[in-house]
Amino acid sequence: MASSSTWAFRKPSIIPGFGLALGFTLTWLSLIVLIPLAGLVVFTGSLGWAEFIRLALDPRILAALRLSFGAALLAAAINAVFGVLVAWVLVRYEFPGRRLLDAFVDLPFALPTAVAGIALTALYAPNGWIGGLLGPFGLKVAYTPAGVVVALVFIGLPFVVRTVQPVMEEIDRELEEAAASLGATRWRTVRTVILPTLLPPLLTGFGLALARAVGEYGSVIFIAGNIPFVSEIAPLLIVVKLTEFNYPAATAIATLMLLISFALLLFINLVQAWSRRRYGNV
Amino acid sequence: MRNLVMPCTGRLRSLVERLAVAAAFGTVLSVTAFAETTILNVSYDPTRELYKEYDEAFAAYWKEKTGEDVTIEQSHGGSGGQARAVIDGLKADVVTLALEGDIDRIAEAGLIARDWRGRLPDKATPYTSTIVFLVRKGNPKGLHDWGDLVKEGVEVITPNPKTSGGARWNFLAAWDWANAQFAGDEAKAIAYVAELYRHVPVLDTGARGATTTFVQRGIGDVLLAWENEAFLAINELGPDQFDIVVPPTSIKAEPPVALVDANVDEKGTRAVAEAYLEHLYSDDGQRIIARHFYRPANPAAADPEDLARFADVELVSIDDPVFGGWASVQTKFFDDGGIFDQIYRQTN
Repeated sequence: MASSSTWAFRKPSIIPGFGLALGFTLTWLSLIVLIPLAGLVVFTGSLGWAEFIRLALDPRILAALRLSFGAALLAAAINAVFGVLVAWVLVRYEFPGRRLLDAFVDLPFALPTAVAGIALTALYAPNGWIGGLLGPFGLKVAYTPAGVVVALVFIGLPFVVRTVQPVMEEIDRELEEAAASLGATRWRTVRTVILPTLLPPLLTGFGLALARAVGEYGSVIFIAGNIPFVSEIAPLLIVVKLTEFNYPAATAIATLMLLISFALLLFINLVQAWSRRRYGNV
Repeated sequence: MRNLVMPCTGRLRSLVERLAVAAAFGTVLSVTAFAETTILNVSYDPTRELYKEYDEAFAAYWKEKTGEDVTIEQSHGGSGGQARAVIDGLKADVVTLALEGDIDRIAEAGLIARDWRGRLPDKATPYTSTIVFLVRKGNPKGLHDWGDLVKEGVEVITPNPKTSGGARWNFLAAWDWANAQFAGDEAKAIAYVAELYRHVPVLDTGARGATTTFVQRGIGDVLLAWENEAFLAINELGPDQFDIVVPPTSIKAEPPVALVDANVDEKGTRAVAEAYLEHLYSDDGQRIIARHFYRPANPAAADPEDLARFADVELVSIDDPVFGGWASVQTKFFDDGGIFDQIYRQTN
């Protein structure tokens, strides 16, 4: 008999309906996720390894991937900082208009991304409200990589706020009071009591914002400027390959993005697992 | 030749097809409701206004001639994307696209007879257009010819030729000027177009997007635009903001039309779809074409007042030896690793 610690032989859950539930889950995941992704890989397979590697090392594709992932990481990092602040204010303070402000957080979810892109471009263009203010200082946002980051910060914000918020609401305030009465400074309380609790949801929110930002096309395309090697994102290159009727190359770039995203998300999950071990499951 | 349809991925492909069809149908507008016959004209971006008027005129003509009601549905979008939608299953009766190459793609997919260019007069182009400069009022930077575009401090707005049909004509018009200027020295012509694209601060994906960047966002000193788009911009926004500058030489942009044989035979609409395209060449059709700022194939039929708006300009055709036809242009300039890709490699 296998010991209970070898999961492969562990008895399935005693709750009835396991077979049906698992069958449903597998079928649904296959239809929605696995089959399209398998199709992507099969399409790419028609390209052959040599061509795939040539594409993977193409300087223009590398530049686009660097921009897409670099801007997405930066935007997710900015959202991680400011998303926590927003969530903190929404959870810890009572003030008139709090619920309204809370609802605003979801707007980037609801707004069609093209609308967001056009609105942001109109604001940040040299003749726009914000762009006009920045212009005299020699700062350009629209039509530069900075514009890409701005768009990605916009669409990523709700992911961080909405994952951190519920956990923050659950934090027991008595822990903070205990820390204070034991002589901890405020900063120490934040560092050793609050942040460790928030770290797992923060990582989840970061991962979600990152994943969303990497594939973003609609809003970025208007504000980026789309100059090769400077402000051209990888999803645009996929569209370019499609207009060349080069389906295999388009799917190859998609596969590359998928691989990098997978590696990043895996890394985030590992960090999360580590933080759980270090600070306990929250 | 790239193999576009792979049997092993049939399921994915049909999914992609359905999505493309759904996306394309999103932009379909119908002229009159509750008619017996319906045909679908899949066209490129700036022809909306032209076909809106022409469709009404044709429906009236067809009713008078045969007593049948006909509804014409329109779909507009980037020329390449529209071609792909038709290949992927959008049931277009006729295609009226920006580039011969895009219709050739549909022909290669077996939906249109290979000799489509010979089936209608004037190489199947009932109207032509050209590329002009739209500049800020008074032309403050003094831009008159293609050489002026690479002067210090000039910013040029043009879309990406990879994603926009109109942008390919822009590129070719500039190339033609450089080719004549440097007496066929290709290295110098490449250096010129590379320099030209160094002056482009924003590379939009489509012609309308580039117009927005120039007109609404106030970016750039000159927009390289379809002649009809430039006229439209001036008409819509008032002539007090912009001027049209017609360079001494430009390209004869020939947006062709074709019957999609496979679809009309399946739907039984061949007669009306054929008449729809032929009627473009009629006096009535040519008049509407000229009114919407396209250069008519048969100027005699058009209103002289409309014709007077077109400046005299030396136009070079894509079939001129400089270019040698669309197929060779596509391979040489715009395919993967072609001259357009090379100039961005050089600039960096």
